[in-house]
Amino acid sequence: MEQKTLILGVIGADVHAVGNRILDYAFTQAGFKVINIGVLASQEEFIQAAIETNADVILVSSLYGHGEIDCRGLREKCQESGIGNILLYVGGNLVVGKQDFAPVERLFKGMGFDRIYPPGTMPDVPIANLRQDLGLV
Amino acid sequence: MQAVLLVDFGSTYTKVTIVDLETERIIGTAQAGTTIETNMMEGLHQALEKIPEPRDGWQFVRKLACSSAAGGLKMVASGLVKELTAEAARRAALGAGARVLQVFSYELSASDQEKIGALKPDILLLAGGTDGGNKEILLKNAEHLAELPFSIPVVVAGNKVVALQAAEILRKRHHPVVVAENVMPELNVLAVDSARLAIREVFLDNIIHAKGLDKAEEFMERVLMPTPAAVLSAAELLAQGFDDEAGLGELLIVDVGGATTDVHSLAQGEPSKPGVMLKGLPEPYAKRTVEGDLGMRYSALALGEAVGKRLAKHLGWTEEKVHRQLELYVAEPWRVPESEEESSFDTAMGRLAVELAVERHVGRIEVVYTPFGASYIQQGKDLTPLPVVIGTGGVLLRNAQPLGILAGAVFNPAEPTLLKPQEPEFYLDKDYILAAMGLLREISPLAALRMMKKYLVKI
Ligand code: B12
Repeated sequence: MEQKTLILGVIGADVHAVGNRILDYAFTQAGFKVINIGVLASQEEFIQAAIETNADVILVSSLYGHGEIDCRGLREKCQESGIGNILLYVGGNLVVGKQDFAPVERLFKGMGFDRIYPPGTMPDVPIANLRQDLGLV
Repeated sequence: MQAVLLVDFGSTYTKVTIVDLETERIIGTAQAGTTIETNMMEGLHQALEKIPEPRDGWQFVRKLACSSAAGGLKMVASGLVKELTAEAARRAALGAGARVLQVFSYELSASDQEKIGALKPDILLLAGGTDGGNKEILLKNAEHLAELPFSIPVVVAGNKVVALQAAEILRKRHHPVVVAENVMPELNVLAVDSARLAIREVFLDNIIHAKGLDKAEEFMERVLMPTPAAVLSAAELLAQGFDDEAGLGELLIVDVGGATTDVHSLAQGEPSKPGVMLKGLPEPYAKRTVEGDLGMRYSALALGEAVGKRLAKHLGWTEEKVHRQLELYVAEPWRVPESEEESSFDTAMGRLAVELAVERHVGRIEVVYTPFGASYIQQGKDLTPLPVVIGTGGVLLRNAQPLGILAGAVFNPAEPTLLKPQEPEFYLDKDYILAAMGLLREISPLAALRMMKKYLVKI
């Protein structure tokens, strides 16, 4: 079975690096090929990396509360670049402060993300979801 | 005496350097016009005649050459994403000493095909996809290239999973087709050495003959490499040293010529200050950039355009006067300044060419203002702590104030984001021997290194 490739990064002007490293480790252990573009990653960098490596999914982290502004338009740019159907996951602290998660999830769904995770999500949840979405189980 | 003949067949001049390996001395240097159309050997013999022959005639133990004649090594590179594999391919070609005519990204269109047909490169470098990554691009572009109306040597350096398959497709039309390792095996990992070697191999086996340079090989042993590759090789040796003989450490070479200004840096270029994050494609330790719009003669008008009003302002001339002088240089590319005024024009022009060329070569630091404070991101090489800057190139070496020109390479506090050397020492390749020393390195690295240390003068 061919190894599935994922792009991992922290979007925008966000420097929170710890969760990124944990996700890198966890997904690698789970058998995925992780292309980690690190912190301070722009939308373009996510997309370029996905094109060049023929990735199956993009995992976006946003911790510092500006997730909405930073993530807006990512799906459209993917479509524009010929990878419109790629899976997009997002997680972290997507909005400022503690907010009810349902509206946040709706907001990001509307922006074209396939799965949206609340603060503090442990890696095993998205790993299970990804296996399902890629038809590995 | 162990005389070695080292020849650089340039586009306008053929430069000859004779050294004695025993005493590690230069016996003589000379140059004469290159006449590739008629016979390459003419320029060589004319230059040789200018060096007094010993009584019993020349007994050369080795005769080596490099060449940038007949347009140099002309290459076209192609990759997938412009900033990633296409950029990696461009850097590989530049590092191999090529003149990169154009770089294409994504799937080649019909008009791209036409352009490649019109450019008639000597070698095509085809990249695309990381290893195990995108496969379509290499295969599709191989198909498109196989439709070209003539054969071009191709080096394939893309996704290893389909590289052989792409080569098979290309072989339907092109010869030779050489497969090298991927220029970007993993995302943001640059691996240009294998492609560089493959390019050199094709240059030796095919291009020399195609360009008629093999006529020179009747007298010389071999045309070993393109001239820029020889300069880069010499620079690398000079920076790193050999065995117990120390080098000069990290350095920058600025080569100001009539058609282009080339910059070579031999440096890691990691952030010199704490708290700075590196972003983007890492750069090769031996990095070469070529500025086709910053030459002092053939491309003087393009230089005028690139520097804008700065030249007139710097000199206190009217713009019309500046323009007339630039036109004169284009019309008379061999022109040497004839008056004080023309000299100062030459210096100002060189200074601005170097400023811009080094500016484009070095990395830059960007301040990202997050809503809560500043972070620093570096793209490219930080050369601020670089200790050595070396000047070479015909126009620079003939100028009365080379230091005035080279000063353009230095960090400018008014533009703190450009990571140019802050307090370098300056050296001049007074005898114009760098390319020759790159050739000599092939047979005696130690002698080549010692001679560079002896003959490059500190200014
Ligand atoms: C350490 C830290 C910092 C360090 C970061 C050091 C570094 N280079 O990593 C420093 C001091 C630099 C910092 C700066 C700031 N921080 Co801070 N920081 C924290 C802190 C205390 C811990 C973050 C951490 O490492 N957590 C541990 C990791 C493992 O958890 P994680 O990052 O949440 O990731 C996990 C999950 O969320 C999930 N996950 C994350 N991304 C994704 C993506 C997907 C797809 C999935 C499935 C899962 C997933 O998986 C990870 C592993 O389980 C948090 C508070 C907290 N306790 O979380 C604040 C916190 C994140 N910071 C915050 C803020 C506001 C800031 C600043 C703006 C503060 C300021 N005023 O300057 C700056 C922003 C700088 C910038 N440009 O990014 C806020 C964000 C508030 C919000 N979103 O509403 C927090 C929540 C603190 C708070 N309660 O106010 N910070």
